[in-house]
Amino acid sequence: MTDPIIHMENIKKHFGNVIALNGVTFDVTPGECHCLLGDNGAGKSTFIKTMSGVHKPTAGSINFEGKPLSFNSPRDAMEAGIATVFQDLAMIPLMSVTRNFFMGREPTKGRGVLKRFDLDTANEICVEEMRKMGINLRGPDQAVGTLSGGERQTVAIARAVYFGAKVLILDEPTSALGVRQTSNVLSTIARVREQGVGVVFISHNVRHAMAVGDRFTVLNRGQTLGTAVKGKITASELQDMMAGGQELAQLEGSLGGTV
Amino acid sequence: MATDASVVKDERIKAESFVARLMKRPELGAIGGVILVTVFFMITADSAMFTLSGIMNFMTPAAQLGILGIAAAMLMIGGEFDLSIGSMVAFAGMIFGVLTVNAGLPLIAAIPLTLAFAASIGAANGMIVIRTGLPSFIVTLASLFILRGVSLVGLKLFTDGSTQLRGVRDAVEGDFLTPVFSGEAFGFVFRALAEMGLVDTFKSGLPKVPGIPVEIIWFILIALLATYVLLRTSAGNWIFATGGDSNAAQNSGVPVRRVKISLFMVTAMAAALVAIITVIDAGSTDARRGFMKEFEAIITAVIGGCLLTGGYGSAIGAFFGAIIFGMVTIGLTYTDFDQDWFQVFLGGMLLIAVVFNNVIRKRVTGER
Ligand SMILES: Nc1ncnc2c1ncn2[C@@H]1O[C@H](COP(=O)(O)OP(=O)(O)O)[C@@H](O)[C@H]1O
Ligand SMILES: [Mg+2]
Repeated sequence: MTDPIIHMENIKKHFGNVIALNGVTFDVTPGECHCLLGDNGAGKSTFIKTMSGVHKPTAGSINFEGKPLSFNSPRDAMEAGIATVFQDLAMIPLMSVTRNFFMGREPTKGRGVLKRFDLDTANEICVEEMRKMGINLRGPDQAVGTLSGGERQTVAIARAVYFGAKVLILDEPTSALGVRQTSNVLSTIARVREQGVGVVFISHNVRHAMAVGDRFTVLNRGQTLGTAVKGKITASELQDMMAGGQELAQLEGSLGGTV
Repeated sequence: MATDASVVKDERIKAESFVARLMKRPELGAIGGVILVTVFFMITADSAMFTLSGIMNFMTPAAQLGILGIAAAMLMIGGEFDLSIGSMVAFAGMIFGVLTVNAGLPLIAAIPLTLAFAASIGAANGMIVIRTGLPSFIVTLASLFILRGVSLVGLKLFTDGSTQLRGVRDAVEGDFLTPVFSGEAFGFVFRALAEMGLVDTFKSGLPKVPGIPVEIIWFILIALLATYVLLRTSAGNWIFATGGDSNAAQNSGVPVRRVKISLFMVTAMAAALVAIITVIDAGSTDARRGFMKEFEAIITAVIGGCLLTGGYGSAIGAFFGAIIFGMVTIGLTYTDFDQDWFQVFLGGMLLIAVVFNNVIRKRVTGER
């Protein structure tokens, strides 16, 4: 097996007296899709935020390409080649699609005091990247606020795919998507993975995870329950682990196995 | 992959008309306002208002306010307020007076030092806002009183008990930088026009308007520069992003703190520039300088299309907002109306602008 791009060891995160993460170990290797599963409040979002420089872990270590590293800001993580689709998408409704797409990473032309935002190039790239994701924009200057939830999510994904040089993190990217867009995203994950990018895919939906995942890690109440490799675990076993086993088995029984 | 078929226009999207696109520009309201106010005074005011000298008459206060208003607009787009702008004019005026009169420094040293003083206080405002997470409204309200008080005490200290510091004009007389910050520019153009008989002249043959007051030139240059920065640079994109949603901006790699602190510094320096220009012009400075200018600057920005919630607005809008302000203040003196209608007018304008901006915002975001 290849060496991981990023290895997170025994990560803990406390918010005041709330223990959001209590020792999570996780890694991603180039060209794999590592799924992070868990119920609401399990700590998935908090965990990937420590990976993308938003939170500093209270304890634990991060190794990036074999060297210990600590991110001081999301910008640091981005510069290292980690791009993230946050669960809240990190989009500004009042700004245009292009301006959102390149926010914080604007292409420039000219030098010195004449260095300026190259809007033409930015518009071109943005329209092209969105088209690859199956969305035809009214215009690159369309405000993000006018997009539907699914379209917004797609912009966020297209942006991260475009900038995710080494690691691409997707926090529940399919939650607002319809059937066609979801399969679009899943095939995008497959495409990016083939280019050697390590993908971290957070989902509630075990079927989506099984469709693209190579490894599956389940979080529960801030701790890892374990990691399984594709083919060694079934969808229903994963489902059980996510919900803490027993209760769901009982529920399932009462629902006649429809969950 | 993209095929040509996918480029075909989506049939569910109506083509946007030019008017519809125009309706989404933040400065639209201010431009409409300028037209309305112009028409109003064309009808009610003495025709002298729209002669060359009449225009300079209302453009001069508009320019002084506009320099503050444009800076306030940028800060407001970045999601913050600065209520200490007016007091900063008094404070920077005092610093400038002390440096030129008491310390006898030439402008080449006094001006950068004054700007640096102001910028460092702006940075302190920004730092406190960011560190405490308190609304800038309340933090800079404190600065408003602190700076006004310091100006008062400082002036008394440096003048042996007076709250006015005189002698600035003598101190800067003959300095090679003085013409950049006071008097009129392009005098030769106006003299040439006078010789050709194209502008009104005195009996001596000199033009009645000797040139364009320098603050108007500064005002136009600053409006152009601010517009360029906001719309065509990365920094501009960061300002809109920071004001739109600072958390989302931060998570997308925008250096939110740096943006905010820089904006507070720019605002303070704009106040210092206005202080320098008006103090040289008056030849003295006093503790009441810039009184209430913070509110006027914010009103200018709002009339110019800035949302109070940040993330939206324009420097060109603030430019026109300031012109409206200047026209109304000065214009009423050309009419038969009681001048005290001014404040009523202002309040009305502000109310209309806020309501209008809200509608525009909903159009832009297509809010459902
Ligand atoms: N900034 C914060 N301050 C305090 N508590 C937080 C914060 N962020 C997350 N938490 C808490 O951490 C826990 C995990 O949240 P989260 O990572 O969002 O879960 P998930 O994404 O798995 O649904 C929750 O109990 C949440 O309330
Ligand atoms: Mg979450």
